[in-house]
Amino acid sequence: MSLVTVTDLVKTFGTGEAETRVLRGANLTLERGARAALIGPSGSGKSTLLTILGTLMRPTSGGHEMLGVDLTRASDAELTAFRNRHIGFVFQFHNLLPDFTALENVVFPAAIRAGRETAAARARGADLLDRMGLAARIQFPAANLSGGQKQRVAVARALMNAPELVLADEPTGNLDRAAAAQVMALIGQINRDEGTAFLISTHDETIAASCPRRIVVGEGRLTG
Amino acid sequence: MLYAIKIAARYLSASKAQTALLVVGVAAGVFVFIFMSALIGGLAEFILARTAGDMAHVTIEAEARLPARLAVPPGRVLWADQATRETATLRAAENFLPLIETLPGVKAVSPQIIGSGVLRRGGQAAQVSIVGLEPGRESAILDLARYRVAGSVRLGAGVVVLGKGLVEDLGLALNQSVVLQSSHGVTMRLTLGGIYEIGAGGADRRMAYVSLATARSLMALPQGLSRIEIKLFDLYAADASAARLRGLTGLPAVSWTREGARLLEALRAQKQTGYFLKSFAMITIVIGVASSLMLSTYRRRPEIGIMRAMGASRRFVVGVFVLQGGLIGAMGGLLGAATGYGALLLFPTRENFRSGTLPMDITQGAYGLAITLTVLCAIAAAILPARAAARLDPVTAIGQ
Repeated sequence: MSLVTVTDLVKTFGTGEAETRVLRGANLTLERGARAALIGPSGSGKSTLLTILGTLMRPTSGGHEMLGVDLTRASDAELTAFRNRHIGFVFQFHNLLPDFTALENVVFPAAIRAGRETAAARARGADLLDRMGLAARIQFPAANLSGGQKQRVAVARALMNAPELVLADEPTGNLDRAAAAQVMALIGQINRDEGTAFLISTHDETIAASCPRRIVVGEGRLTG
Repeated sequence: MLYAIKIAARYLSASKAQTALLVVGVAAGVFVFIFMSALIGGLAEFILARTAGDMAHVTIEAEARLPARLAVPPGRVLWADQATRETATLRAAENFLPLIETLPGVKAVSPQIIGSGVLRRGGQAAQVSIVGLEPGRESAILDLARYRVAGSVRLGAGVVVLGKGLVEDLGLALNQSVVLQSSHGVTMRLTLGGIYEIGAGGADRRMAYVSLATARSLMALPQGLSRIEIKLFDLYAADASAARLRGLTGLPAVSWTREGARLLEALRAQKQTGYFLKSFAMITIVIGVASSLMLSTYRRRPEIGIMRAMGASRRFVVGVFVLQGGLIGAMGGLLGAATGYGALLLFPTRENFRSGTLPMDITQGAYGLAITLTVLCAIAAAILPARAAARLDPVTAIGQ
């Protein structure tokens, strides 16, 4: 069974003359443990596809299944719970909670699920930060970390609940080359070690080349 | 819930200056609430102590028998002579005393025999109202003990207690004797056992307090009572209590409000004013908390988006902001209550109210109510911003 299946996905914004059709019947199958780069020009619909796959937005029409669950029929509360359990996000601008420490940011998805910060969650969070090379920054306020460190905390946070799929939207777009390479190396390692699937939206050809699979978005459709 | 509390507390502690300002604002509202409660309550207490506090809240009094009207035909002369005088009496009232005393809400009961007479001392004479009270219940209605200035107000055989003005008019001194002649023609020599001063000319010059037994002799009333005065714990319950007494005993019980309607109206108006002022204080708190949290919601839009993306439910987001409101209300409520209590300590206690000072009553600060209402109002104020936060589209919010 594939991890994600998208069939004839359509997404339009606005109505009447202002209607814009971003996705025009996109089809995609993503296997468990896949690592794929999502490439395409600006405005081609990469981010829209990621937000739909991440259950943050509903498609106008078409099918969207993950782990055998028809997500187009799920309620808002069901989608929220599903997202928390099975999907991780890494954003271009890290989007950490600035008033919380690195560890608290990482533990956040698990605490949401459990209703409190458990000792087990803190231990896993600390372990993930250690693997990201941030053992010495665990109790640092997120606002005091460098750009590369913040992005690594964001990757750790995305992995906290051991999701089957991590969606990364330009994860290195705001980093220098060295930091970008470090983040991509970590993603590759986790993909290999834990079998977590990654779908990485990028403009960077080097990053796209580092992924075993390339999916091209163009004219509202997907190829590759 | 625990985690929502942590997030809410962190948001508040992250903006210390803003939170402190907000808490102080709420505390100011609570301070006003407590101050007004103590002032309105103290003022009511003060007015009541000076007026209704010293009077019966329910009175059972025998109706005076009016003489028959005699028609005089034109051109004739009518000769009328007063052969006897009869005091209006509640003949069976004494039997109901145990029942009245055990009724809920009844604080004190005073059986009385009343009449009129003349006090004589040498060549001096003064017309007085005679009030016979049961020994041991001298201060049940009018707190004679509180107004005592000399001797004792304890009534016994052959003892009379008079007001200071009357004592001065008659040139009397404590323990001197005085002659009291009742309207029934009975004369008794009594000893001045105590002197009181209420401060009201009429009460200090026209009343002569004697024991119930002495009054019975003076008014030639071998049995029965002329009046039963009742004091209640809640004077606003007087109408209901009077009606109940009428129903239970068949006696003509009358509430103080029949004669004191204006006073009651004034007290109610004062109470209403207090409610208005306290409501305004609460409205100020609601507006302050709501506007501040609305601002916080706007400022934290991207973070709300991230939380939603990480799997936080709308309910969780609502919880975070409502809890912020609750925490602000609790902190502001406690601070305001403590400050209010501290400020009220500077005023004289209710036993020491004096003219020229604000009659603040620290016991009527309604501290618990103020804190509870503040927390509830702050939570209510937070609901609108919280719902706005929960409705945010995470994709749009993250992009901001």
